[in-house]
Amino acid sequence: MTRTPLLQVEHLTMRFGGLIAVNDISFTAYDREITAIIGPNGAGKTTVFNCLTGFYNAPVGRLRLTGARGEFLLERMDGFRIAQKGGVARTFQNIRLFPQMTVLENLIIAQHNTLMRASGYTAAGLFGLKSYRDAEREAVELARSWLDRLGLTAQADWEAGNLPYGSQRRLEIARAMCTKPVLLCLDEPAAGLNPRESGELRELLTEIRDRRRIGVLLIEHDMSVVMGISDHIVVLDYGRLIADGTPAEVRSDPAVIRAYLGEEDTDQIPPEVARNLRQGGRV
Amino acid sequence: MDVRALLKDAGLAAFVAFMLALPMIGFQTVDFSGGVGITVVTRFGDVAISVVLVFVGRLALSLLQYPSWRPPLLMASVVVVVGLPLLKTQAHYPVITWLAVIASAVIAVRSAWLHFDVSGVVGRDENNRMGDAAAFIGRWFGPVFVLFAVIFPFLPTTSRYLLDLGILVLTYVMLGWGLNVVVGLAGLLDLGYVAFYAVGAYSYAIIARDFGLTFWACLPLAGLFAAFFGVILGFPVLRLRGDYLAIVTLGFGEIIRIVLLNWASFSGGPNGISSIPRPSFLGMPFHPNPPEGVTSFHQFFNIDFSAEHRIVFLYYLILILALVTNSFTLRIRKLPIGRAWEALREDEIACRALGINPTNTKLTAFAIGAMFAGFAGAFFATRQGFISPESFSFIESAVILAIVVLGGMGSQIGVVLAAVLLIGVPEFFRELAQFRMLAFGAAMVGIMIWRPRGLLAHRDPSIRLSDAAGAGR
Amino acid sequence: MEYFLQQLINGVTLGAIYGLIAIGYTMVYGIIGMINFAHGEVYMIGAFISIITFIVLGLIGITFIPLALMVVLLSAMVFTAAYGWTIERVAYGPLRGSFRLAPLISAIGMSLFLQNYVQLVQGARVKPMQPVITGGFEFFQGSGFTVRLSYIQIIIVVLTIALMVGFTFLIQRTALGRAQRACEQDMGMAALVGIDVNRTISLTFVMGAMLAAVAGMMVTLYYGVIDFFIGFLAGVKAFTAAVLGGIGSLPGAMLGGLLIGLIEAFWSAYFSVEYKDVAVFVILVLTLIFKPTGLLGKPDIEKV
Repeated sequence: MTRTPLLQVEHLTMRFGGLIAVNDISFTAYDREITAIIGPNGAGKTTVFNCLTGFYNAPVGRLRLTGARGEFLLERMDGFRIAQKGGVARTFQNIRLFPQMTVLENLIIAQHNTLMRASGYTAAGLFGLKSYRDAEREAVELARSWLDRLGLTAQADWEAGNLPYGSQRRLEIARAMCTKPVLLCLDEPAAGLNPRESGELRELLTEIRDRRRIGVLLIEHDMSVVMGISDHIVVLDYGRLIADGTPAEVRSDPAVIRAYLGEEDTDQIPPEVARNLRQGGRV
Repeated sequence: MDVRALLKDAGLAAFVAFMLALPMIGFQTVDFSGGVGITVVTRFGDVAISVVLVFVGRLALSLLQYPSWRPPLLMASVVVVVGLPLLKTQAHYPVITWLAVIASAVIAVRSAWLHFDVSGVVGRDENNRMGDAAAFIGRWFGPVFVLFAVIFPFLPTTSRYLLDLGILVLTYVMLGWGLNVVVGLAGLLDLGYVAFYAVGAYSYAIIARDFGLTFWACLPLAGLFAAFFGVILGFPVLRLRGDYLAIVTLGFGEIIRIVLLNWASFSGGPNGISSIPRPSFLGMPFHPNPPEGVTSFHQFFNIDFSAEHRIVFLYYLILILALVTNSFTLRIRKLPIGRAWEALREDEIACRALGINPTNTKLTAFAIGAMFAGFAGAFFATRQGFISPESFSFIESAVILAIVVLGGMGSQIGVVLAAVLLIGVPEFFRELAQFRMLAFGAAMVGIMIWRPRGLLAHRDPSIRLSDAAGAGR
Repeated sequence: MEYFLQQLINGVTLGAIYGLIAIGYTMVYGIIGMINFAHGEVYMIGAFISIITFIVLGLIGITFIPLALMVVLLSAMVFTAAYGWTIERVAYGPLRGSFRLAPLISAIGMSLFLQNYVQLVQGARVKPMQPVITGGFEFFQGSGFTVRLSYIQIIIVVLTIALMVGFTFLIQRTALGRAQRACEQDMGMAALVGIDVNRTISLTFVMGAMLAAVAGMMVTLYYGVIDFFIGFLAGVKAFTAAVLGGIGSLPGAMLGGLLIGLIEAFWSAYFSVEYKDVAVFVILVLTLIFKPTGLLGKPDIEKV
């Protein structure tokens, strides 16, 4: 299989006052692959995401997205346009659903731009034209297919805030998928999930990669998820890129082990930790 | 229960009440009789009453926390039996007596309620119950309310006074529904809503005066102008954070009022604009002796002239305007733009991540809210026949906001009930008129503390899978 | 030139008053991130308590002016502080953790309540007061215009500077100030390391109310006439000052107050008195649009 670059990050740098949160990072995420970004807390992973999705404007660096919708330089676009035009969807570390709206509504809102066009920017919708009703029906069908996939059909009319935590995480992913993205960015999707749920998550993500055929960018601490499903891993530490390769390469990279375990302990990694790292457990 | 802690707590509250009451209630500034300047008279009796009331009230509130219903009930009875005669002879303000009675009654009912409610859980459950009640009222009583509103002018009990009051209440209902789009749905706190009301009123007055257009031609223009102002004012500021936005809209409201006050050649300054043309019914004026060649309303229908015809007509006019506002809002809630408003209210960051343009979406809400205010303003101008900047002060914005907040942000039926409660009821109790704004303020604080989603907060999903399924398969 | 100098003096005096009120806004915003919309009303209550104390002192025969001033200052600060404390406890305290607009709506309600409460218990008519401190310096009598610097203006500016110095010391050197700054950074963490967060917030309101009370007393002395409605405009202007200086920053509040005072004085003198309030509102809008962090504020980074 030939790899098509989807997102090329070049020399990305982001400062907050005196602190350099992201320092000259370059890597490439490929289409139909899961690229994981890992690193200790404070390594700058979420900052990379925020630059990517337009919440921060990086002063230095280029973010080139070459997706099905065309080529975009993300660093020059407003946050909402990156999602609207570029097709980059994301989830958040602390879930950001619309908690007082229903599960179904959450999924319908994700199709806002499609529906807006169909409703003739509201005019056609106000008069209940058939073209709009059809578009809404399609939107519901897409939402329903995701609800069925996640097993949330019975809860479709619940307030999203009343769902159990694990379901909220999955719903957020489904919501992002309903924007029909070319690149899906997930910020710690497995945080707080129990082993069974994180197993389901792994299945969901590989399915998104293989069947929906889009690129996935993943920030994750849970090594069982990262090592199990990633095609490619980027490791950050203190805002710098310290490793970039396949799970096997990264796992045995001394710089990575040092970053996770600290400088002075590298000679004497406790055997069980080393085994864990190799086998892809939680560090 | 720990009686000593309770007493200590109530004592502390009483001490604070003393500190508050001593300077402001204990001494009243009055004009010198016969001279210039002011002097003070003392009212220490009132200070004592306030302190006792706070002590008892605090004690009662603390007792409510206890699972048993007996102490609060006992407390309330003591207040009523011992306190009332005392208060009746002492207080300068009969309203204090009333407040004490009402508070005791509430406490008594509340304690009984807690006793009979087995779960004893208040909070979320209770909110849901109120929400269900609101949904029930909205679904079944909505049509009844509308029917009542339609036949209201012809009820035998309806006097001219009641009809005028009905018009007033309906004007506020319409304004409340309009502001509900901005505050309730889109979650944008607009403290200068009355500015758009003013724009509508002045556009109607000036267009009708200078260009001689009829009410029906001016009405859409007034709405358009107001919406245009909404866009102009909103565009630069809508990306501000919620609380900054509130203050900026307040600033805009004041700017427009000050400009109207000082730009005399345009707006008539403090004197305002008078003899604004009255509306006509399909071109037929309500006039006892219409000019040559014009058929008057009463002539056309061959009935005797009555000044009340116009009032009834105005009543139906505002009723229709209000109902149009309502159905428009209900409809747009189920469209993508309406859902995006609600989503923005819930989480703007998530909206941006989903590709929703926050500025445009907010701007639409702002403009549509402004448009309804513009319609209401045009109605106000034609009804009064006279407008001046005084009618468009910040207090008006605060009253409309209070209606929306009290009714429950986003709740259409709540706005109606709140408007009746806040506008209609005080008209009946004229002696309480001076306490009206005091009560508004207290109610806004109270609602935020106990029921932040409003008295009748209920949110109907804009779409249900079960409904959609029928259509889809 | 003389005219200009006179406006400068007037503007600085006005600015000192706005600055004192603005500190209340900025401190509360810094610590709990809300606009205390009722703060203008607190200042109005401070003015009322001042005028009442003056009259009571006059009635019981204390006419030695420095003593009277001290007593009025103390009484205004203490009683107004009680109002500040109560407002926080009643209207804002229970709302921590509620939805984001709740405190502001509650504050608007509180503001309406206080305004009407004062109108009810003290009457709607304006309250005039005989000037207590008269006289001043006159200089530059050239070109038919006299520049006046009254004693009262000197007192206002000196008192403001003294309060500012004391206040800066309080914030930077005492345990209370440290607790306050800790709560600004992270309330949860501050609570974890043993800071009584509720008490710190209450004290912030108390301090803000005290400074507003001083401003109220100054206005009573300076203009000699107050009514129940003065809090609204003064509040908005002081808030503008706080935003202009950079909300959350104490020196910023003072600087903003000074600028607003000067702008208002010069605008009234050289353009039009009618539109002086419009000028302030326009500054508020422009600052928020183009420099929401104000002149001395720290940029705030959106947490995602």
